[in-house]
Amino acid sequence: MRDVAIIGVGDTRFGEIWDKSFREIGIEAGLKALEDANVGAEQIDALYVGNMSAGKFIDQEHVSALVADYAGLANQHPATFRLEGGGAGGGLALASAFMAVASGLWDVVVAGGAEKMTDVGEEEANRILSSTADQEWETVFGATHAALHAMVARRHMYDFGTTREQLAAVAVKNHRNGAKNPNAQYQRELTLEAVLEAPVVADPLGVLDCAPLSDGAAVVVLCPMDMARKFNDTPVRIVGLGVASDTIALHDRRDITTMDSTVVAGKRALHMAKVGTDEIQLAEVHDNYTISEILAIEDLRFVEKGKGGPATEEGVTELDGDIAVNPSGGLKARGQPVGATGIAQAVEVVRQLRGEADARQVDGAEVGLTHVQGGTGATAVVHVFRREN
Amino acid sequence: MAIPRFWREIQSRYNLVGTRCGNCGTLDFPPRDVCPKCGRKSVGKMEKVPLSDSGTVVSYTTIHHAPKGFDGTKPYLLAIVELKDGARLTSQIIDCDPADIAIGMPVEATFRKLGQDGASGIIYYGYKFRPSLPATEET
Repeated sequence: MRDVAIIGVGDTRFGEIWDKSFREIGIEAGLKALEDANVGAEQIDALYVGNMSAGKFIDQEHVSALVADYAGLANQHPATFRLEGGGAGGGLALASAFMAVASGLWDVVVAGGAEKMTDVGEEEANRILSSTADQEWETVFGATHAALHAMVARRHMYDFGTTREQLAAVAVKNHRNGAKNPNAQYQRELTLEAVLEAPVVADPLGVLDCAPLSDGAAVVVLCPMDMARKFNDTPVRIVGLGVASDTIALHDRRDITTMDSTVVAGKRALHMAKVGTDEIQLAEVHDNYTISEILAIEDLRFVEKGKGGPATEEGVTELDGDIAVNPSGGLKARGQPVGATGIAQAVEVVRQLRGEADARQVDGAEVGLTHVQGGTGATAVVHVFRREN
Repeated sequence: MAIPRFWREIQSRYNLVGTRCGNCGTLDFPPRDVCPKCGRKSVGKMEKVPLSDSGTVVSYTTIHHAPKGFDGTKPYLLAIVELKDGARLTSQIIDCDPADIAIGMPVEATFRKLGQDGASGIIYYGYKFRPSLPATEET
């Protein structure tokens, strides 16, 4: 297996991008990544696109070929693939691109993610998000994506004494980081009181515990490590990869306060990377709801099980804490164009490891991790990255 | 949606029919063709059985931001229920003040309208749970 490097990154601002279509945001991010990688379009062997539900959001399937076409690649006929796994689609696209390069099959491979969520109304968008849960045995009974996570939060509070304020502290931290990210959807800080007093969605979660609906795209360019310096002076190596799944319905889990898919994907990725959790300086984790970040930092073993709430409140996961969690602002503040989030996390980690994250730079960052999950945790993808000196 | 999508789930949504693995005895709801514990050894041995209609609340939430078709009853309670025989499912909790629900609360199944498939689509039915009624002495 060959070592694999990321040699270029690009992204759009996340948010309500009314004036641009799905294909336009995809191309905007892609061209920035190719420019950053110093790669010519004619060098691209394959393209992997993470996308959750273009069919429902914009009534357009077959988006992998569409994006390649509008990137001007149609006449060179690159291999194109679309990956879907609820919120984990971007992570799956990166994992697939990694495998293609590591295997020796292809050399220059693009992994992108894009979602256009604001061409439908809010109610419709939330219905589409809920379709990552079990349609026959969860949503048909009135469950929503938020409600399922609310039940996780309620049980976590019951089992571990996690408080409403600790949930809110996740949103406050991630907005503080998002305020330092020029590509974030929300570049403003939030007070704890604002989160606590926001309208209830599904108690104990309020509107400000939930990541937004967003448009956006992110792209990374991969090649074999031994070719990387031909393109770029600051390659970042993908040293670990873990992908895992679990029951589709939340109620069938062994324990609804532990995402076993995250536990397993994390172990697999760290084992492959030969990296201990104490060596990781920053992590972009799946915070589609505030409770999700608390579970993620526990299940990735950054903190002891049940201590995610207090750790967040005590500043362990701040930019200058023991481990910076979601320095980009996370899904909560950076935004949540679903299929793009897994790639956007990799973009952030690469910028951090190159030392290009400006106001939100984590000092001396050398090893970073990304984690995305689909649905209520039926799919999880973890990658570990190391700066190549 | 076409009618068969609702019709084919009637057995389980009306009568809580699940499966028992003929190999290890594990109960699952809804019915499965393959036992999650035994894998291929269970194939052909999954027997359909009605499950207990009572259980306890594992976790719950009050939904204020409701999807289309459910906004008429909002806020409404949703819970994960563990049936007495061990299987778990997701259900609304009815006839219960949101202030009164708690983890561990005993609940029992009732038969209710679940929803309607659009403005002129079919009405579909199934289980919702309610707080268990106290046992009454026979006179």
